[in-house]
Amino acid sequence: MSQCVQEVGLYVRDQDEALAFYEKLGFRVHTDVRNGDYRWLTMQHPDQPSLQLGLFKPGPPVHDEATAQTLQAVVAKGAMPPLVLGVDDCRAAYERMHAVGVEFTQEPMSRYGKVDASFRDPSGNGWKLIEARR
Amino acid sequence: MTVDTATQDPELLRRLLRAKDRMDAASHEDWPVRRLARVSRVSEAHFARAFKQAFGVPPHRYLLTRRIERAQALLRETDRAITEIAFETGWKSLGTFGRTFRDVTGESPGEIRLRAQAAGHELGRVPACFVSAAQRPDLTIAVSEKRRRETTDINGSLQKEIP
Repeated sequence: MSQCVQEVGLYVRDQDEALAFYEKLGFRVHTDVRNGDYRWLTMQHPDQPSLQLGLFKPGPPVHDEATAQTLQAVVAKGAMPPLVLGVDDCRAAYERMHAVGVEFTQEPMSRYGKVDASFRDPSGNGWKLIEARR
Repeated sequence: MTVDTATQDPELLRRLLRAKDRMDAASHEDWPVRRLARVSRVSEAHFARAFKQAFGVPPHRYLLTRRIERAQALLRETDRAITEIAFETGWKSLGTFGRTFRDVTGESPGEIRLRAQAAGHELGRVPACFVSAAQRPDLTIAVSEKRRRETTDINGSLQKEIP
């Protein structure tokens, strides 16, 4: 018996904006289906086809107005849990992403033999870009 | 005062977060309200109140905790002189650094260094950036207020000891 994480969701302020952003990071749309106000949108990276990254906008019918507003505020304040994107070359990834307008909050720096940088998506979700020790 | 973040516009919060990120990235630099307000694209008059409402601490106090956090990390992880660390983390004088450091953490820079060296590294498996966040001082009141309360405590206990 085995198990794995198949889908992890992020809250975003605008699904089209988020889709365009994660495409810049190399993700491709996996599923994009709508039902009224609801849109199930997940993306997938060619290097990791087993995982889908869900991009969800808080709001009806899943959330009431007040809850949606609270979730939007939490994301915009950068208070969601840390996300880590593993790469084999942090500086090269930084150059590539910086060139396409990704908002970096920390340039690549080397500590304890690992190079890392930080960026945010347009909604405020914070990502760490980490290069494994080589 | 009731702090209701949910009433703040997410677009504004996102821009305030940018000011916070900029302080995180360069806490050794000077961050007058004018500069922060420009990053967040809000008026100077509005900035400090909006920031405090969003993040629970005034911007200058947030900056101070980041500087102390960084100084703590350098004290723990390097052998560099305390004076050098003070200037690198944005302090103009060693005296102010030492006093503020003690007020915030309850220990002097030298004491923290000795204790850290004795304890070794326990958080080795957590990415370094998150370790620094985990060790951020939790400064819920102004340093001046903390100082004032401690002075009162000292006086209070002294009075008890005097018959």
